[in-house]
Order: sequence, then C-alpha cells, then structure tokens
Amino acid sequence: MTDALATSSAAPDASSASARARAVAYLAERHRLQIWEALPWGLALAAFWLFPDRLTFGSQVLVMVLFALSLDLILGFAGIVTLGQAAYFGVGAYTVGLLAAHLNWGEPISGLFAAAAVAGAVGSATGFVLLRYRGLTLLVLTLATAIMLQELGNLFPRLTGGYDGLPGLVFAPLFGVFDYDLYGRVNYLYVLGVLFVLFWLVRRIVYSPFGQTLAGIRENVGRMHAIGSPVRLRLVVVYTIAAAISGVAGALFTQTNAYVTLGVFDFDNSAGVMVMLILGGTGRLYGAFVGAVIYMVLQDYLSKESQQYWHFGIGLLLVLTVLFARRGLLGLFEDAGAFLRRNPKP
Amino acid sequence: MSPTANIIVSILFDGLAYAMFLFIVSVGLSVTMGLMGFVNLAHGAFAMAGGYIVLTAMRSWDMPFFLALVLTFVLVGAASVVFERTLYARLYKATELEQVLLTIGLAFMAIATFTYLYGPRPQSIALPAYLTGQIDGGFRTFPTYRVFVIAVGAALIAVLWYGFERTNIGAKIRAAVDNRRMAQSIGIDVDRLFTLTFAVGSGLAALGGGLAIQLFGLTPSFAVLYLVFFLLVVAVGGLGSLKGTLVAAILLGVCDTAGKYMFADAGGFFIYALAVLILLIKPAGLYGRD
Repeated sequence: MTDALATSSAAPDASSASARARAVAYLAERHRLQIWEALPWGLALAAFWLFPDRLTFGSQVLVMVLFALSLDLILGFAGIVTLGQAAYFGVGAYTVGLLAAHLNWGEPISGLFAAAAVAGAVGSATGFVLLRYRGLTLLVLTLATAIMLQELGNLFPRLTGGYDGLPGLVFAPLFGVFDYDLYGRVNYLYVLGVLFVLFWLVRRIVYSPFGQTLAGIRENVGRMHAIGSPVRLRLVVVYTIAAAISGVAGALFTQTNAYVTLGVFDFDNSAGVMVMLILGGTGRLYGAFVGAVIYMVLQDYLSKESQQYWHFGIGLLLVLTVLFARRGLLGLFEDAGAFLRRNPKP
Repeated sequence: MSPTANIIVSILFDGLAYAMFLFIVSVGLSVTMGLMGFVNLAHGAFAMAGGYIVLTAMRSWDMPFFLALVLTFVLVGAASVVFERTLYARLYKATELEQVLLTIGLAFMAIATFTYLYGPRPQSIALPAYLTGQIDGGFRTFPTYRVFVIAVGAALIAVLWYGFERTNIGAKIRAAVDNRRMAQSIGIDVDRLFTLTFAVGSGLAALGGGLAIQLFGLTPSFAVLYLVFFLLVVAVGGLGSLKGTLVAAILLGVCDTAGKYMFADAGGFFIYALAVLILLIKPAGLYGRD
C-alpha cells in the first residue's frame, strides 16, 4: 500500500495487477521441478565414481542428509523447535539392530519399513503429548524424551547391550542379490536410493495443501486457529512423518555400520543435525544437503587434526551463521543473487 | 540407627548437597530467562569456566579456596557482561531457535578452548584440611565438604532472598519478570537490570562450578553434561522464580540421588520421568506463570 501511494496515481493498478500476476505465476509454478534440482543428485552420483575409496563416509553423509531432511519438515516447515530428534533416529536404529540381533531379521528393506513404523508410532505417541507445549518447556521435554529412551535402553542391557551397544550385526544382501562389499559401493547406492525416494515424498508433502497449512502454522498460528484449521492434529501428523523418516535414517545408519550403540540418542546427535540444517538453511529442502555435506566434511577434516579444532570450528561457524547468515548458506546465495540482479554490472 | 534410616539420611544429605549445587548454578539462568526469555545454553559453559578458574587460582597462584571462589565469581561475572553486551544483546528480539544456536555455538567453542588449555581428563584440587574428612553429627558422621556446600547454598539462598524480596533492585527485577513492558513504561531500565542479573547469575554459575570440582570432578564437557539438569531445574521451577528454582533443585536433587542409591543402573531414568511428569501437568513449572 505504501508503495502504491508513493508512485503516481495511474501506476498502482498496473503494478499491482502485474504483481498479482507474478504472485499467481509463482504459486502455480513453484512446485515444478527446476533444472538445478538435478545438481545435488548428479553430484552424489559423480562422487560415487570420483571417490571410490570414501564411499563408506559418503553413505554416512547421505544418512545425515536424510536425518536433516526429516528435521527440516518439522523445524523448517512447521516451525517446531526441538532438541530431541535423535530420539526417533535412535528408535529406528535400534529397531533394525534388535531385529537383526535377536530375531535374525536381516532383510534390509523390510527392516526400513519396520523402523519407520516403530519410530512413527513413538513419534505420534510422544508428539501427541509434547506438541501441546511451546518454548523452553518444549525444548526441555524433547531433550528429556531422547535421554529417557537412552536410559531405557540402558535399563535392559541383556536386550540392547547397554552402552556397549550391538556390535557385529549381519544384514542380508539387498534384494537378496547385492551383497555388501568392502568399499561400501552397494551401501552408498542403497542409501542414495532410499534418500531419493523419501526426498520425493517430502517434496510432495511440502508443496501439498497440507504443507501450506504447516507454513501457515509456522507464520501465524493464531490466524490458523481462527480459520478453523486443526492445528494440533496437523502438527502431530507432520511430527509423526518426520519421526518415521528419522527412524529410516537411523535404520540406514545401523545397516551401513553393522553396529549400533546408545550413543545415537546423545544430545550431540540432536544438536548436530540441527546445526547441519541451520548451516544449509531451514525450510528449503536442499538446505539439508548443503548443511550435512559441509558439516560432515568439516568434521572429517578437522577431527583428523584434533577434536578441539572441530568443536571450535563448528561453534564459530554456528555463531557466525546466527549473526550474519540467519537463513543459512542457501539463503546467503539467494541474497547474493538478488543483490546482483538489483545491481547488474555496468 | 537402623540401616534403612541410615540410607534415608544419606539420600537426604547427599541429595541436599547436590540440590544446593543445582540451585546455585540454575538460579541465574532462571532469572535471566524470566527477564528476557533468552534461552542460554551456554550457561553450563560459565560454570565450567568458573571451575577452571578456581583450579588455576589454587594450583598456579597458591590462592586459598575461599578467595578462589570469590575470584571466579567476580571474573566470570565481569566476562559475562562482555558477552552479553556484544553477542546476546543482538538476539533479544530474535527467535528462540537463533538464541539456542548462538549459545550452543558458544558452548562448543568454550569446550574446545578449555580442552585445548587443560586437556580432556578430569581435574581435581587439594582442599584445605578443614574441609576434608568427616563431621560428627551425633548419631553418625557426614563428609565435611558436603556440609560446607550445603552451608554455602543456604547462605546464598538467604542473601538472594533478601536481595529479591527486600531491596529496591530486587523489586525492580520482580516487576520486570512479571511484566516487562509495564516495568519499562514506569521508567525501569530493564536492559541495564538484565545486564546486572546476567552478571550475577553467571558469577553464581562459576561459583557453582568451583564447588562442583570436588563433587563430580571437572572436565570441559561439564558445560553440556549438566546443562540438561540446569534446564530441568529452571523449567520445573518456573521461569524467574527464586522459590521455584529452590524447590525444583531440592526435588530433583534428592530424587536423582535416591534413584542412584536404589537403582544404580537405571538411576538416571527417574529424574527425567519425574521432571516430564511435572511439566506435563504444569507446563509453566511449579511456580511459573502461564
């Protein structure tokens, strides 16, 4: 309105009409696949050929991308601030771990479904209770949920192996055909495939009317209540979906490592995945890719030097991100792009 | 004395010593959160830094324990003002998520710095002779150091209670916690008040860190290891409430100790279960406002 008043009297109609047309075009087009969206997948495949001896590490990165993606769904799109997403990652990880260790159920794909079902069930049960709260109470409750699950695992050491975890798990070949090789080639492609399928799912969710409701809840929860949207139900549903995806990430973690320990429930894990997402940028799907890759590569590189360098580096990066790049690295790229468009080179 | 009664006394005594530690560290966090709604996950790092200052003062500068505790209170309190003015103040109006991230980042950097300086292994200090050994309580003996921690805690409670309830500044803080905008509109400088409470709260955290060396051992990971407990105490007690923080610290301290006495393997579970239960029933904490 203020813009319209500032310009001449004839201009507002034309400019607001064209602005509206642009907005409509944006809304109608934004879910379409863009050409650059092939880039991360191309890079992931290129990495398969370029770094044949680092594929085990590569699988770990892809697992964390998936984990960060699940967090993006609730943190970036629904605006739920949680410090305990490792709870569901851990539940998924232990689901396949326990099945393989005690029931000899080592078939990987059905293991993923089992992990998703169990983590989703835990997510919906905890989410039903937790999502009534906000602020510090929610932070503390989510944090406590993860620690309680960890302590619960520690209560039954005969089943879970306590803090030593479940080492030396055996998983069946993928589709009964592809056995796991020393270089992790099968694992890498397996994780990439699962990531692709779930990414497609998350992308569909985000651009669906359901996804729009989530954005509405994030931006203005009072207004969503006012227009009669079932806010709590929507939140529980998305929390459950995110928990199931986190569970799949945890299951992949166990399957690719062939072991699992109670460390998966650590605060470090919950905080780490949040840091990844923030570095990349929340609420933009591909932020999970950028953030997880940067975080894991930095960790790999700096931890070789010394653990302290890594902790200091990630702490500093986090502080700088919050102070100067609040929308993450992808946000920074966008800002730079917008700046260049506004001030084209002479 | 019967064995059962003996165990109950032990639980109450150790639990109370633990509760005093939790209270001393958490009270600053509670008041600053109540005042500004700022989620400060670096609070544990101030406690950890305080512990290392006590350690250095005693080992390298041959300072007596008491003086080292005073020194750490002053130094960390002063240093926290620098952090508050340069970093925290920029984020008062930012989202909770950004505050969480900034302070996690600071905590990580603090852990790295202190690991670099002091190494990752647990450290201990040589206490003066009058704080070691046992005190005869008539029917049984008590470890002197824990009696000392309880005494320090009780003294601080008295001082804080007086400061909160009987002084002008305390009244201003309570007013600002209740309704910040109203307090501002009648001319209370809430920003300055916050800086002051932040400094005192951080200093108290450092003092708690110094006291904790002999209770738990000091490592750089202290900064996040006990952070969860501090947050539990603050959330269960209710933001900005002195009384709530004290009640929550005693409740959680005694229950945690009891859990560890009775179920050595699973002791950790009960304190979380208890805290979650309380928060589910009273989301704003025992003495907080909805």
